[in-house]
Amino acid sequence: MRTRSNVERILESGGFVVTSECGPPRGSDGEVIRRKGEWLRGVVDAVNVTDNQTSVVRMSSWASCLILKGMGFDPILQVVCRDRNRIAIQSDLLGAAALGINNVLCLSGDHQRFGDHPRAKNVFDLDSVQLIQAVRVMRDEGRFLSGEELRGRPLLFIGAAENPFADPFEIRALRLEKKVRAGAEFIQTQCIYNVERFERWMGMVRELGLHERCAILAGVTPLKSVGMARYMKTQVPGMDVPDEVIDRLKGVPKERQAEEGIRICVETIQRLREIPGVRGVHIMAIEWEEKVREIVEAAGLLPRPQPTETQEQRT
Amino acid sequence: MIVGNRKSFEEIVGMLEGYRRVLVLGCRECVTVCAVGGEREVGVLASELRLYYGREGREVEVGEAVLERQCDYEYIDSIRSLVGDYEVVLSMACGAGVQYVAERYRERVVLPAVDTTFLGVTVEQGVWSERCQGCGECVLHLTAGICPVARCAKSLLNGPCGGSSGGRCEVDREVDCAWQLIVDRLKALGQLDRYREIIPVKDWSRARDGGPRRRVREDMRL
Repeated sequence: MRTRSNVERILESGGFVVTSECGPPRGSDGEVIRRKGEWLRGVVDAVNVTDNQTSVVRMSSWASCLILKGMGFDPILQVVCRDRNRIAIQSDLLGAAALGINNVLCLSGDHQRFGDHPRAKNVFDLDSVQLIQAVRVMRDEGRFLSGEELRGRPLLFIGAAENPFADPFEIRALRLEKKVRAGAEFIQTQCIYNVERFERWMGMVRELGLHERCAILAGVTPLKSVGMARYMKTQVPGMDVPDEVIDRLKGVPKERQAEEGIRICVETIQRLREIPGVRGVHIMAIEWEEKVREIVEAAGLLPRPQPTETQEQRT
Repeated sequence: MIVGNRKSFEEIVGMLEGYRRVLVLGCRECVTVCAVGGEREVGVLASELRLYYGREGREVEVGEAVLERQCDYEYIDSIRSLVGDYEVVLSMACGAGVQYVAERYRERVVLPAVDTTFLGVTVEQGVWSERCQGCGECVLHLTAGICPVARCAKSLLNGPCGGSSGGRCEVDREVDCAWQLIVDRLKALGQLDRYREIIPVKDWSRARDGGPRRRVREDMRL
């Protein structure tokens, strides 16, 4: 093992990984994180903490990770390239490792245009592929991007995202290959509603042998209502919600749509588990973290493996 | 060419508040081609201003002139006596022209009538589009002749991001996804294998991030 990551440990033992995410609050109230954490306790192997997702200002990812770490979780620090240059990002990676954070998810980041500060200047000094490279060089070669040596390598398990539903489809596996070559060890995908298309993408991934070089965690997001499904289909770029999913939600009374959404999510997980190369699921229950336990349980993924002593934070 | 938008009439009038002798100064280079600050636009703005001040009952003298270029001092210096008759020069050139006029006429107030926007091309009559950011380290040989620095909303060198949909950018459905264009072109050239190369971290010190830039050709200096 390269790191103390719980995700890495479970993957090495051949287990099926369950991760979820926690969106930090738009304020300084740490209780919000603790409450969301309580819902996820004993249910997941690691928790992603988003980095100002959708370009809306929120409590910082590393601070929220630290709160979850204190609760016994193995947090996954999300880092986007939108807001920080290579100096700030490398500094934050060192700080995160010093705080006992074991995982990082490297992302480009949503454009600020749709966030709460659309007039902000963006950075994008690095892109996600280059960010992955930066973490790998810092961890495995003990060097900064400048080439200079660093002391105290950040032992981070390196993750990245990929969207099998964005265009152009034919390079989506090739783009994943770039990320794997750059150093990505696990991948969390965009939420999957169109399982057939995801299977086709996985076929391309297996053809390139990428499923053996990195662990694919398939992303799912439970739908709360037909309104949410329509919004995801029409308003979120790179999201593929097939009509049959919308029709299925439409087919039940409004007050039971949430329940149906959970059922679809559980069935999706069960189908995804059967796809060769899928090593886990990433459940993104957007402002619905309290439902993750129900989903994981219904999918037959409880109990989760106990974190071992090696995962304990160094004192 | 350098492309810009004319500032709103209200903003221009606001800047000119309190002045009584205004020279509207155009340029025959880029701003003429993109129809924002050439002879025609100088005439239109000067007429608008005269009409406005006339209606307001204010005595403001509005003059007009157009230079070959506002980015070469020989042309700027050629209107020294004309500029002497005015309090303010309202330049309709790009930001470089505005500043150079101000440098040559330090005793005069020089104001911008144009918001300079980008280095681009004419797409069709009345439509211009950005192509270059002058980053100082051209990557077009790596990206099938399509610039991700200028044309990808996130300047991704290893794109596309997950928001590329139907060939369009997530930021604006009117804008092409630069990486879709790159992939299509690589395919057409039979070079899709090149997509697999990771483009390394960019040297932004050669862009504006390294500080204001200057080019010197020793062999040309007198």
